[in-house]
Amino acid sequence: MYSTTATDASNFVSTFNTSFYFIAGISLLLLIGLTVIMLYFVFRYNNKKNKVAVQNEGNTRLEIIWTVIPILLAIAMFYYGWAGWKPMNKAPKDALKITSVARMWSFSFQYENGKQSPDLVIPVNTPVKLNLVSLDVIHSIFIPAFRVKSDMVPGREKMMWFLPQTVGDFDLYCSEYCGLRHSYMNATVKVLSNEDYTSWYADSSKVITATEESVPGAEGLKIMINQGCNACHSSDGTKIVGPSYMNLYGEKQVVIREGKEVTVTVDDEYIKRAINDPNSEIVKGYPKGLMQSYKATLSDDDISKIIEYMKSLNDK
Amino acid sequence: MNTQKEFGEPGYLDYKGRYKGLFSWIFSTDHKRIGLLYLFSILSLFAIGATLGLLMKFELIAPGKTIMGPQAYNAFFTLHGIVMIFAVVIPGLPAVFGNFLLPIMIGAKDVAFPKLNLFSWYLYVTGVVLVIISQFAGDGPPDTGWTFYAPYSFRTTGTMLPAVFGAFVLGFSSILTGLNFLVTIHRMRAPGMTWLKMPLFPWSLYATAWVQLLATPIIGITLLMVVAERTLHIGFFDPSLGGDPLLYQHLFWTYSHPAVYIMILPAMGAISEIITTFSHKTIFGYKFMVVSVLAIAFVGYFVWGHHMFTSGMSGTALYTFSLLTFLVAIPSAIKVFNWISTMHKGSIDLQTPFYWAIAFIFVFMIGGFSGLILGSLAANVHLHNTNFVVAHFHFIVFGGTGFAFFGAMHYWFPKITGKMYDKTWANIGLILFFIGFITLYGPMFYLGFKGMPRRYFDYDEVFHAGNIISTMGSWVLYSGLAIIIINLFASLKGGAKAPSDPWGGKTLEWTIPSPPPVENFTETPVVTKGPYDYKQV
Repeated sequence: MYSTTATDASNFVSTFNTSFYFIAGISLLLLIGLTVIMLYFVFRYNNKKNKVAVQNEGNTRLEIIWTVIPILLAIAMFYYGWAGWKPMNKAPKDALKITSVARMWSFSFQYENGKQSPDLVIPVNTPVKLNLVSLDVIHSIFIPAFRVKSDMVPGREKMMWFLPQTVGDFDLYCSEYCGLRHSYMNATVKVLSNEDYTSWYADSSKVITATEESVPGAEGLKIMINQGCNACHSSDGTKIVGPSYMNLYGEKQVVIREGKEVTVTVDDEYIKRAINDPNSEIVKGYPKGLMQSYKATLSDDDISKIIEYMKSLNDK
Repeated sequence: MNTQKEFGEPGYLDYKGRYKGLFSWIFSTDHKRIGLLYLFSILSLFAIGATLGLLMKFELIAPGKTIMGPQAYNAFFTLHGIVMIFAVVIPGLPAVFGNFLLPIMIGAKDVAFPKLNLFSWYLYVTGVVLVIISQFAGDGPPDTGWTFYAPYSFRTTGTMLPAVFGAFVLGFSSILTGLNFLVTIHRMRAPGMTWLKMPLFPWSLYATAWVQLLATPIIGITLLMVVAERTLHIGFFDPSLGGDPLLYQHLFWTYSHPAVYIMILPAMGAISEIITTFSHKTIFGYKFMVVSVLAIAFVGYFVWGHHMFTSGMSGTALYTFSLLTFLVAIPSAIKVFNWISTMHKGSIDLQTPFYWAIAFIFVFMIGGFSGLILGSLAANVHLHNTNFVVAHFHFIVFGGTGFAFFGAMHYWFPKITGKMYDKTWANIGLILFFIGFITLYGPMFYLGFKGMPRRYFDYDEVFHAGNIISTMGSWVLYSGLAIIIINLFASLKGGAKAPSDPWGGKTLEWTIPSPPPVENFTETPVVTKGPYDYKQV
């Protein structure tokens, strides 16, 4: 049904190419032609060779010719662009539906069975429809190899679809400026064969669902992922934007409070302050003003769940 | 500077008024002195903006951190954009050369409202000071990019309010300049100068002035809405307050796209003057040149949506904006054809301003053609918000307006200062500038085509080679720029005296002494011929 002869990474590569090379080709011809004519005139009619200029106020017929021909070319260019774009507007009904969630500064992809992945894992030769959600500011999902891009606007329903045609890994970038770590907000598109995809999809070992309450801190982790805490705070000791959660609970930290260095213990009270009023105490060595208060979004109950999760990261 | 000795009137530079020293400039309502006030303010800000660009390019020479962190990089491109767009390129040609030359070229003694003209410069300086304050006040410099896109501009902790308010004040300066020019052109043309006897630079300023007057208030109210939203939490644009981020983009581009025509139309006007003067030939298709300037200004209002092809507008909006975008290219193409035809069978005097003009035509064509690619819906989806766009608008705004600005500077420098400059150094500077420009921005087309998004502090190894070439281009460009500026300043002291008409120009500014006397004309000129009458030569 979706057979293609070329080995393009997606179905939109060829429509992009048609439109791009048609315009670029005509443009290049005109650019070279006009530049050569201009340089010839400059050389041929410079005042050493041509002492007296021949006055010529214009030529209406020429003006009409070089108005009408460019209009026709422009309409042809418009047509190819429109024709290539039109199919992007409507996804096939049988497309695989994945919700793509963006926040500062990470993507996550949520599948219909509850599976979540930081990379977009999809089967080859199956149309994929991404339901685009942004949790904070405008992001834009951009897969250069597929020639597709769409802004992800908070509060707006948007979708993007494409048909991956080759197995392999492709880069996915955020292309709408979204702050400090904009250039690190990327992911990988993993196009798998149908068999590989089916087994990946069925593997639920990495799925965190509300039912798995036996895992320590699972609920806290879920809240964290939903709020995007992990874009800035790692769970494995790596320093990203803020301090890592690993081995943090119960430790002593040097913070700057009202311009003075103070040593505090990371306990429940401190974590609550750090989430609700993050800029009143800044951990030494970290920039001020990057984190906003989560007072309105996280309840005390949510925070204690996150603390449970943090505790589970000690002694790893 | 012996204007007084030869013509019995002191040149505007020697005139002794009520004030002395610096005050004789900042309290002067002489359109020529105000033009120079703008020139020095704009050149200083241009030096800052260009240095920021140079440092950004150096940061991008290798992946990862080279000389600055991501927060500094984001603040750099924000300030680079605000300074270059609002304080350099938009006022550039109209405020400097428009102020200086518009009254002279239409045979008037000054603009219609000289005090308002000076007030516009005060507003300009106030706007710039506010932008500078935003860099040092509060929790850190703004980091939203010059577009201030919502809702990021409500989330960032960077100091937004002074920067946004600064842009608002700069807008008012632009509106008042536009109003002043409109009235001047309508009311103060010399006897006999009918509309179709007016030179093309004033025509381009006329079209520009309408855009300044009608489009700038939109950005004004939009920026005020941002201020109200940040301070009073009224939900216009932030979805968390019930606002719509796309509304912000529509309002922003409804101004900021016509603003591109504020930048490029006077550039086209200046290039028309230069080409006809050095070809010693009347402009080819004068009426079509006039109509095309007006057409660009008019159609330019209706294409803003092409900045938002991936934002989520309706399909109908998308293809309407795309079609109009293709059509707005037509009048620009007509101008290029007419410029080249003007050279045909001319007697071309190969001087520095003419080289700038042909370099302008070349880079402007590349900018225009890449704009066609971006106007195409299917191509835009891939290229939007990549380095391709950055390359495209630098070819138009820096390649177009920048080349025309330096061309105009070398063309009118003898008239403004009464001095000639060293042509060899001027040409060396131009060649370096041109090579550096192509090397800097050319590879960015390729980087964008390969998928490198814009405003990226860091990038994948696949984009490394293109970035190295681009960074090296920035060094060549910057050295060319330094040579050009140093050469012009050196000529102020050591340059030979300029005659009143060094290039054989036919427009009115070449009929009066260099530098012009305070009142421009001892006797009001009476115009009987078209603007580019070379028949008697």
